[in-house]
Amino acid sequence: MKKLHFKNIVRMQLFLPLFALCLMLLINVIITPSFFKVSIMNGVLYGYTIDIINRASELIILAVGMTLVVASSKGTDISVGAVSALSAAVCVRLLGSSYDAYAVPLAVAILAALGAGLLCGAFNGFLVAKLKIQPMVATLILFTAGRGIAQLISAREINGVMVPGQILYVRMEDYKRFGGFLPHVVIPTPVFIAIGFVLITWLLLNKTALSLYIKSVGINQKAGRLVGLNSTLIIFVCYMFCGVCSGLAGFISSSRIYSSDANNIGLNMELDAILAVALGGNSLGGGKFSIAGSVIGAITIQALTTGLYAMGVTADQLPVYKAIVVVLIVAIQSEEFKRWKSLYRIHKMAGKGVTE
Amino acid sequence: MDTSVVLSMKGINMTFPGVKALSDVSFSLRKGEIHALMGENGAGKSTLIKVLTGVHSMDSGEIRVDGISHPVINHSPEEAQKVGISTVYQEVNLCPNISVAENIFIGRHPRNVFGAVRWGEMNRRAELALGRVGLESVDVTKSLGDYSVAIQQMVAIARAVDFNCKVLILDEPTSSLDDKEVDKLFEVMRRLKEKGVGIIFVTHFLEQVYEVCDAITVLRNGELVGRFDVKDLPRVQLVAKMLGHEFDDLASIRVPEYEKKAHTDAPEIVRAIGLTHDGTIKPFDLDIHKGEVIGLTGLLGSGRSELARTLYGADQPDSGELYFKSRRLKANEPINAMKAGMAFLPEDRKEESIIGDLSIRENLVIALQAKTGVFKLLPIATQNELADKYIKALSIKAPSPETPINQLSGGNQQKVIIGRWLITNPEFLILDEPTRGIDVGTKTEIQKLVLKLAGEGMTIMFISSEIDEMLRTVNRLCVLRDGMKVGELSNVDLDRPRVMAAIAGGKLL
Repeated sequence: MKKLHFKNIVRMQLFLPLFALCLMLLINVIITPSFFKVSIMNGVLYGYTIDIINRASELIILAVGMTLVVASSKGTDISVGAVSALSAAVCVRLLGSSYDAYAVPLAVAILAALGAGLLCGAFNGFLVAKLKIQPMVATLILFTAGRGIAQLISAREINGVMVPGQILYVRMEDYKRFGGFLPHVVIPTPVFIAIGFVLITWLLLNKTALSLYIKSVGINQKAGRLVGLNSTLIIFVCYMFCGVCSGLAGFISSSRIYSSDANNIGLNMELDAILAVALGGNSLGGGKFSIAGSVIGAITIQALTTGLYAMGVTADQLPVYKAIVVVLIVAIQSEEFKRWKSLYRIHKMAGKGVTE
Repeated sequence: MDTSVVLSMKGINMTFPGVKALSDVSFSLRKGEIHALMGENGAGKSTLIKVLTGVHSMDSGEIRVDGISHPVINHSPEEAQKVGISTVYQEVNLCPNISVAENIFIGRHPRNVFGAVRWGEMNRRAELALGRVGLESVDVTKSLGDYSVAIQQMVAIARAVDFNCKVLILDEPTSSLDDKEVDKLFEVMRRLKEKGVGIIFVTHFLEQVYEVCDAITVLRNGELVGRFDVKDLPRVQLVAKMLGHEFDDLASIRVPEYEKKAHTDAPEIVRAIGLTHDGTIKPFDLDIHKGEVIGLTGLLGSGRSELARTLYGADQPDSGELYFKSRRLKANEPINAMKAGMAFLPEDRKEESIIGDLSIRENLVIALQAKTGVFKLLPIATQNELADKYIKALSIKAPSPETPINQLSGGNQQKVIIGRWLITNPEFLILDEPTRGIDVGTKTEIQKLVLKLAGEGMTIMFISSEIDEMLRTVNRLCVLRDGMKVGELSNVDLDRPRVMAAIAGGKLL
């Protein structure tokens, strides 16, 4: 009993997400016994677990941004996937497809990608925070228009005419490093980017009062205003931040395929990101949040995806299996389920005549 | 089971994390009885009611309702309603954005054979239901949110009464009603009583208990103190039983020297010239001097809260000028007023004060943190220090500073909010109904605190619907009527009849 009291609240919050992740890994290892096997192939680490943390990188970044959006505005940004594609298109278009040199310095292109994300986030933020449009409706605009803009940006000269909607390639070898491997490093680069990004975000939230502000605005906007918080600005900043996350994720994705594919980069990622937030034990009703939870949630989803692929499930059947698992995990975390559990406990106690 | 008993609860136990909320509490209610449930904050009144209505589940115990042969365990307020237990909570729990009629018939709309809602029938029956509580003038097709809190409360009561209920629970129904409305409510209660409905009446107003109740059950610290007939329990004894010690006479807390202090010489801290908020407050002038406790009084809807909100910038003034310490203050947003040195405790604790899931510590430091800015995070050590200091200074009862504020009782929540503002070290503190829905003990503490702070040089604006409370704490009283400041009473004129006369109308002398 005493131990329970001393248990850190954060740990209690993270218990279920961690449990879900472990369960997922356990099922994976039962079905695919070689699941945890890691070998070195072509000088880099290779295995399902490596694949999971590698592929989860973009999702982790998006989930972090989504967490703040959900916490502050009680709504979701469904444009993150489309904005990723848009940012990727900006980056790749700027870099050009020469074999000899980038058209602009690499840093400029990366900043432009992040900047494009920031602008999109600012647009969403303006609609949500200032015009008070419901988040889902507000972000629906870029959800649909974002890929269209990405198509327009992905234009290439064919027979003297600029034709949009092309797949542009970056031919420089070192561009592949961001989505692949750095020389002599056995761990995929996206993992480092994701870890660094999560760390920076964590510092930003917890070494300033931002975390407290976001929670307060998300829980009680009126009270937040009366204690002097500018909820409009806070929500706006969260959407901008989420935009930057989308930009970064888009950049990594484009580096993986050293091209910009406006139709496929970040496809359905918004759903996985929202799911990661929910799996992380965060309420989609806003308020308290846990970045760590969302990161675990993102890894869980990727573990599920990779696990299903390992079992030979094809990409088009994937959503069905995913849905089943997601329903189970979300149900276990629901308030109603917890209530049933406690009721069951009471009935059991009443049956035994125990009065504690 | 005695046939005259409509509800009996026996041996109820209930635990919150770290707190034993109810231990072995029993309660019984007769038919046609108005039964007061009394106790200080944290005594377990609300918890007992929530257990009865299925909001919380009890650890052990037995609930029996007349006409039902087996013990009742409710899992939700809906289930409770089905067995004949209806509740009107302290805070109105209806939907402000749908019509009054829909609110009354929510979840049980009258329908025709095709399942479509019969709007005409519903509106007619809604009018009937409202007529029963004496609210004939309300347009049932208008949104509930268009009406004042008082009317919303009456609608909630009408809704509860409309169910064929055996037990009606009124949890602090009168805290947002003015005297006339309270009388109306009592009329309804008496009518229901004649019909044989048992009424559980939770209130902090002693006078009301003696006016309308037949029996009293007193709880203290989650334990049953006893059940008494009203006629056998004099007021002083009731208070003694609630507090568990001899009654600290409220009347004696007024500090005598303080009354004689003249504040007109003290420097002026607030000056409002023709400040207006369209629709609620007509242009008003107001001067407040340093160290003064100024009260605002008036009936509900007279604009007393709105005036305070306009000063603080919680509602943007539409015209007029505001000077704070002789400097022009454009208080368009609360943060401007805060930075100038104001603090504001709003009337609606649940909606506008507490930040529910956050801890006591976070709720305490949030205002100071907002003032210092996002990039200057108060070190966690400082936060803990402040939290410990104010939890101790205001004797906030809580398992730990990290307890979420929504697990505290109303009085303790309010203390946290007061602490939140004291931490910002304000020069001018506005308290809008700080004692609303709070037990006698905490009320006294808050009044004492107001006097103490004023003694230390803080300027305070105090708003309360209880005249006696105002008379004990303020040395100047602004009277408002229909959004207009109609006059001021100061030290010598401050007595109950005069204030009542001023509020009620007629000219001030």
